[in-house]
Amino acid sequence: MALKLPIYMDYHATTPCDPRVFEAMRPYFTEVFGNAASRNHQFGWEAEEAVENGRRQVADLIGATSKEIVFTSGATESDNLALKGVADMYYERGDHLITVVTEHKAILDSCKKLEKRGFKVTYLPVGSDGLISPDDIKNAITDKTILVTVMMANNEIGVIQPIAEIGKVCKEKGVLFHTDATQAIGKIPFNVHDLNVDLASFSAHKMYGPKGVGGLYVRRKNPRVMLVPMIDGGGHERGMRSGTLNVTGIVGLGKACELAKDEMPVENERVFSLREKLRKGLMDELPDVYVNGNPTERLPGNLNISFAYVEGESLLMGINDIAVSSGSACTSASLEPSYVLKALGVGEELAHSSIRFGLGRFNTEEEVDYTIGRVNEAVNRLRELSPLWEMVQEGVDLSKVQWAGE
Amino acid sequence: MAYSDKVVDHYNNPRNVGSLDKKDPNVGTGLVGAPECGDVMKLQIKINPETQVIEDAKFKTFGCGSAIASSSLATEWLKGRSVDDALAIKNTAIVKELNLPPVKIHCSVLAEDAIKAAVRDYQHKQTTDGPKAEEAAVNA
Repeated sequence: MALKLPIYMDYHATTPCDPRVFEAMRPYFTEVFGNAASRNHQFGWEAEEAVENGRRQVADLIGATSKEIVFTSGATESDNLALKGVADMYYERGDHLITVVTEHKAILDSCKKLEKRGFKVTYLPVGSDGLISPDDIKNAITDKTILVTVMMANNEIGVIQPIAEIGKVCKEKGVLFHTDATQAIGKIPFNVHDLNVDLASFSAHKMYGPKGVGGLYVRRKNPRVMLVPMIDGGGHERGMRSGTLNVTGIVGLGKACELAKDEMPVENERVFSLREKLRKGLMDELPDVYVNGNPTERLPGNLNISFAYVEGESLLMGINDIAVSSGSACTSASLEPSYVLKALGVGEELAHSSIRFGLGRFNTEEEVDYTIGRVNEAVNRLRELSPLWEMVQEGVDLSKVQWAGE
Repeated sequence: MAYSDKVVDHYNNPRNVGSLDKKDPNVGTGLVGAPECGDVMKLQIKINPETQVIEDAKFKTFGCGSAIASSSLATEWLKGRSVDDALAIKNTAIVKELNLPPVKIHCSVLAEDAIKAAVRDYQHKQTTDGPKAEEAAVNA
């Protein structure tokens, strides 16, 4: 099969809708268009049936019951609902939350908002491999702690936190546990009971479903978790999230979950072997290349890698027919390099040199081969252009240089 | 962010990449920026001692495409100029020529700094001559 350019290797940002998902959604735009809340006619019943089918497909993937699934517009909303909803519901019990510095901004910014309102938040650091120790969670819990939130798989470095152990700690201490599982659900095995989670956020477009729909798992038993809604209105979703249900999106999310459940073992093996081929193809060829984050406890499709002495954005420019992202400051509006990589103690110069490859369902071996060739060529060319590379070849210790810009 | 055609051209075909002998008394070296900031530019000029005209300029840059383009353009502009004229190159001219967006203006500032640092190094060599100059270049 001929190679089609550009190549998409940014599956952590979003995924294409699987054609089977799209086909499942198709009738719900124009034919089955009813409002799932219309209780008194055929159109409403059909829509409701589709929603409940989707709800069951989601629940089946994560070992939950249908009634524990609250549909939202996506994981950012789910994170907001989980944190603010718990804080508002349980503030009389305590005013303390625990999270981790490498969380997604949907978590960190929600925490900041809660801090402004008087809540106290502990931001735990991670080790150099990006992982947090359950003991650190245990030690941070006080009698005022109402919620611990730790993401399952990191969106930048792909590391998978010890969620089951953290969940166990929280259960023992009687503290609610939320996980932002946006990058995990649909990608790696996830079971709410095995992992001891009380709340879990997820999004359809990270697992080959459509954008604009996601959900929050809210435990109903042992313990029964209550939330104060953020959006008031018709009392949809058991009062936790009002607003006419996105029937088409929910059908797509459900189908995406069904496919994930059926195909995950085979797909993960394939994606993992592509990732390893890419990693070896780059590291065997190029010196001074470092993988960021734990090498084994990570998503099968994630490769976050720093090419020392080459700035990330310039590398992206050199491989402009391959869609990836960089932890370099220059690719963000903030001019700050990735806070996740900084939290690992990666060193800002290596953070500036990082590229995130996200492989997924539709990548092929030909694409990986092409990418290896393109990246190696671009890194070599840019190193010839790099004063840092030249200095290192001359034996200069860059850490001893007094830089004018510091 | 889309790059201007001129930035892309300099990135794909950088002018005057390389190094001059930093120990040469007629070579001035400017090394500006820091790896932590994501930009380091090394810019060198070789001055004809008779005419005080820059007869060669070379650069190497660690940085984004706009930083590479700014320093590449700077070397083009430096060749054939007098030392005094070199100091007259302003970052705003680089911004205009490369059509840099506001977020990339610092790249042009760094290029101007690199020119100034290279001239300063050359002038320093002329007044002190010799061993300290190299140190100054590394520490620039």
